[in-house]
Amino acid sequence: MSARLSYREAMREALREALLRDSRVLLMGEDVGMYGGSYAVSKGLLAEFGPERIRDTPLSELGFVGAGIGAALGGLRPIVEIMTVNFSLLALDPLVNSAAAMRHMSGGQFHVPMVVRMATGAGRQLAAQHSHSLEGWYAHVPGLKVLAPATVEDARDMLWPAVQDPDPVVIFEHAQLYNLEAQYRPGSGADITHGRVRRPGRDLTLITFGGSLPATLQAAETLAAAGIEPEVVDLRVLRPLDEAVFLESVRRTHRALIVEEEWRSGGFAAEITARIMEQAFFDLDAPVQRVCSAEVPIPYAKHLEEAALPQPAAIVAAARRLVRGEAA
Amino acid sequence: MTDVPYSREFALDLVREMLRIRRFEEICAELYGTMKIRGFLHLYIGEEAVAVGVLRAAQAKDAVVATYREHGHALVRGIPAKVILAEMFGKASGCCRGRGGSMHLFDAATRFHGGNAIVGGGLPIATGLALAERMLARQGIVFCFFGEGAVAEGAFHESMNLAALWRLPVLFCCENNLYAMGTSLARSESQTDLCVKAGSYGMAAQPVDGMDVVAVHEAAKSAAEAVRAGGGPRFLELRTYRYRAHSMFDPDLYRSKEEIEAWKKRGPLHGLTGRLKAQGSMSEEDFQRLEAEVRAEFEEAVAFAEAAPLEPAADLLRDVYTPAGGA
Ligand SMILES: Cc1ncc(C[n+]2csc(CCOP(=O)(O)OP(=O)(O)O)c2C)c(N)n1
Repeated sequence: MSARLSYREAMREALREALLRDSRVLLMGEDVGMYGGSYAVSKGLLAEFGPERIRDTPLSELGFVGAGIGAALGGLRPIVEIMTVNFSLLALDPLVNSAAAMRHMSGGQFHVPMVVRMATGAGRQLAAQHSHSLEGWYAHVPGLKVLAPATVEDARDMLWPAVQDPDPVVIFEHAQLYNLEAQYRPGSGADITHGRVRRPGRDLTLITFGGSLPATLQAAETLAAAGIEPEVVDLRVLRPLDEAVFLESVRRTHRALIVEEEWRSGGFAAEITARIMEQAFFDLDAPVQRVCSAEVPIPYAKHLEEAALPQPAAIVAAARRLVRGEAA
Repeated sequence: MTDVPYSREFALDLVREMLRIRRFEEICAELYGTMKIRGFLHLYIGEEAVAVGVLRAAQAKDAVVATYREHGHALVRGIPAKVILAEMFGKASGCCRGRGGSMHLFDAATRFHGGNAIVGGGLPIATGLALAERMLARQGIVFCFFGEGAVAEGAFHESMNLAALWRLPVLFCCENNLYAMGTSLARSESQTDLCVKAGSYGMAAQPVDGMDVVAVHEAAKSAAEAVRAGGGPRFLELRTYRYRAHSMFDPDLYRSKEEIEAWKKRGPLHGLTGRLKAQGSMSEEDFQRLEAEVRAEFEEAVAFAEAAPLEPAADLLRDVYTPAGGA
């Protein structure tokens, strides 16, 4: 059975499923209840599940993320929503110093079965303080698991396994994806350990995740129309990283281009590049390339913001150079 | 001097626990000198009445959250001294398999949630533990210890607000020893009356003589009862003093010898033993017997820690994530 769903509806259904299947689950965060969620993801859930389980919090990212950790330690299965990744910087301490470290630091005695969801990314002229992509920062930290659902099926299906996971899971939802619509086949995204090939191809591998997947797929179609067949790999899981999915692809195509919305310096693409160098160097026909955001706080003006972000045209151009051997 | 209002048995228990902390910390300092213990080491000497008085008001079903100055709390809570020491020796038999050290003692069996080395870091966690207690309809409460230095952190204010707003069962126990490392309360707070701060969140807040274990225990007992009865969080400001430097690296330049000596005159241990002797419920022989018991306990603990095996380095990555199928 398949139905047409938006990414937002998919995520809402996923939340409903978790709340229905496990009475220990609660959703907490700023404006998740009365307001209906700042991206309307949790709209209607307060009426269905009540204020204890759909718990509005004050503006206290450090406090309620820390409380989520305590709640998880105490036996609940909290899903903590941070409005956006930008504000998660106020909660880095509990996430990195407590949630991620707890199991190891306590010699395996305590673990933190908490899910943290947050919107991420740019693209809506929100300027420097509301446009971050910091997935790679979180993926840097041992003890966290980091997911980036980029499709409707992943939005619908990755939450439940994340809720069941005994360790802290951070889920990044690119704000530009919420209106994405697609047919959904139940269960098709229920896997939080593997990346996926979204489009098979033979001439080069485009590696991406999250909000950059649509632009990358669009670029792939443009390239295909011009006779270049890219394979598109969606990482889906940034930590623990599924290397096999892109290494296997690169070994076949011999070329890799990584697309992400993070800044280039020290971004997640640098990590992917390093893994390819370490493990597939001799399979490459050309140097690995990256299309990332420009090294600038994301600007407000539409044309400037567009210029700062990875656009399909830039992906196409980079892919062409790579295939023609012009990149080096 | 008023009489100690407890049975001889309970009074001697209070003496024993304070003595255990005192002697344990002295041994730790020695072992630091001989390099058996490394890393940061924060001693609790002078503050014993706080952990003992408060935690003797706790029940097995309650949870405890403490700071990096938590050896005393861990001992009183019932974590065996030998596994605490083995932890500080970095051994596999330590309560955290050598992953935590002095600042990160954890024990699931006694619901001892650390051992948090981020100032203020324990408060949000305690708040969440209390939320779980309430939502799962359990009867436990959470004892949350922190220094007065933490009061300046956002985590303090956010947690006080959340706990009060949601009427959660937390007893916030502020160990006001007047100094955060070298910064005195007066040099760091615009409002030095900590109960005013807590009170502003709408919770009952009470200052307590933290050098008097009886005063501490009485205050903690009634506060814990109120919290347990569903009255929401409470705040105790336990006025105390650390005799030793902040850590083994601190040259202690920020306070006078006279000040330290003056506080030592109010020492919690001899305060209680003096009263008990005066009222005839404890003799010097009783005290010496406790000393001997405590000495024997810790001699055995040191030997255990010494002999304990190291965690194999091959197991370094163990417990970063839960193994598949486990929790
Ligand atoms: C967030 C944070 N900032 C700074 C430090 C360094 N530090 C460790 S203990 C301490 C003083 C804390 O004083 P207080 O809270 O009064 O507790 P006490 O040490 O007196 O028991 C400081 C500044 C830290 N561990 N965490």
